[in-house]
Amino acid sequence: MEGDIVQMGAYIGAGLACTGMGGAAVGVGHVVGNFLSGALRNPSAAGGQTATMFIGIAFAEALGIFSFLVALLLMFAV
Amino acid sequence: MAEEAKGAEGGLEFHPMDQFIVKPLFGDGPVGMFTITNVTLWLALAVLCVYGLMVIGTSRRAIVPSRSQSIAELAYGFVYQMVEDVAGKDGVKYFPYIITLFLFIVFANFLGLIPMAFTTTSHIAVTAVLAMAVFLTVTILGFVLHGISFLKLFWISSAPLALRPILALIEVISYFVRPLSHSIRLAGNMMAGHAVIKVFAAFAAVLAISPFAVLAITAIYALEVLVSFIQAYVFAILTCVYLRDALHPHH
Amino acid sequence: MAEDTHATDGMDKTAEAPGMPQLDFSTFDNQIFWLVIALVAIYLILNRIALPRIASVLAERKGTVTNDIAKAEELKQAAVTAEENYKKALADARAEAQEIVAKAKADIQADLDDALAKADAEIAARSAESEKAIAEIRAGAMDAVAEVARETAAELVAVLGGKPDKAAIDAAVAERMKG
Repeated sequence: MEGDIVQMGAYIGAGLACTGMGGAAVGVGHVVGNFLSGALRNPSAAGGQTATMFIGIAFAEALGIFSFLVALLLMFAV
Repeated sequence: MAEEAKGAEGGLEFHPMDQFIVKPLFGDGPVGMFTITNVTLWLALAVLCVYGLMVIGTSRRAIVPSRSQSIAELAYGFVYQMVEDVAGKDGVKYFPYIITLFLFIVFANFLGLIPMAFTTTSHIAVTAVLAMAVFLTVTILGFVLHGISFLKLFWISSAPLALRPILALIEVISYFVRPLSHSIRLAGNMMAGHAVIKVFAAFAAVLAISPFAVLAITAIYALEVLVSFIQAYVFAILTCVYLRDALHPHH
Repeated sequence: MAEDTHATDGMDKTAEAPGMPQLDFSTFDNQIFWLVIALVAIYLILNRIALPRIASVLAERKGTVTNDIAKAEELKQAAVTAEENYKKALADARAEAQEIVAKAKADIQADLDDALAKADAEIAARSAESEKAIAEIRAGAMDAVAEVARETAAELVAVLGGKPDKAAIDAAVAERMKG
């Protein structure tokens, strides 16, 4: 019984942790959207900044991945 | 386990994680350090692919390149440009190191997309070794090149004095989180994509939704092809960024 | 801990639904060992063989392209020179041709003048000759007429019964011929 409650808590926690990925999605969308709106205003400067955009995406995405990691740990390692 | 419960109720077999099991290639014994496992097989295939593209593909040394040679030259030029742009001119010395990481991850990711394949880069053990190698190299390189003044990387002199200790704390934390995010990003992306494909594959067994499931698998597969390349690119470019920090710590 | 149970009963992992194979630490040393071997192999392949080769091919291609461009520039220069030479030769040839034409025209003119002069002279000589011949013929004819007139006059005189006086007849004929 006690183990079941722990497992239930773990699963609920994992589900809650997955909401963090939504934040990462918003962040990545924000990065790319702003890049695109800037790039369409000044297309000649866009090519050189693609790498910077990917770095920004990577940083924004990392936090979503942490939440994914927490979810996985709750599911399988707790 | 959750998978078992669902499988029992709906008649569906969910084993999205089975594809990541490391098992011996010959026989059924326990996995020791030197056991030849499916990891060995797919790592060897990745090495063979790199060899095939970069050595056999360019063996004719043609001035007007063949198809495989121009792909090899494209990869070379792509990574070289990236190292030069992001890490700077003096980062070009470490170009072989970065192209090794990039080509290995690209081929491991793409080989993992072959049906029934084993994705070596979906394992945290593999990506953690890659990320720790980058982290240790960069840190040691920074101290060797700049000595103790490498620590100025964390002491942002352009910020107000009162804020500097707090910023330094944040910088130190983010510095040590780097290998973690670096490795989990790659492994997480690979693992999540393959697991999602497996889940939809299990749905395909139900007749009513199988057309939808097959379409979804196709779409996710296409996305995974893109993700495979982008993750290798991101891994390489972040390595370049860390390298730039080691070469020029004074922002 | 899920991975611990799997590590211990790892034999029949495929039978049950596994936890997370990524967190099964019993396989880590195996993966790390083979990964390091693979990475070292790739590094050696790239650093020893592939990268120098591609770099040399790229350098060679760059050299070839630069050479070709230089050669093309040279050829273009040569073409420009050749065109200039050609134009010069053409102008020269044209000038020469005009000269030749002018000379030929002058020669022909001279020949023509010559021929005309010669022809004029000949014509003049011929006409003088013919005039002389005509005059001779006319003189001959006059003499013949005078002779005939004298003979006729003598005959007439004889027929009329007179005695022809030669001197008188000559005088009369000469008188008549004059008039």
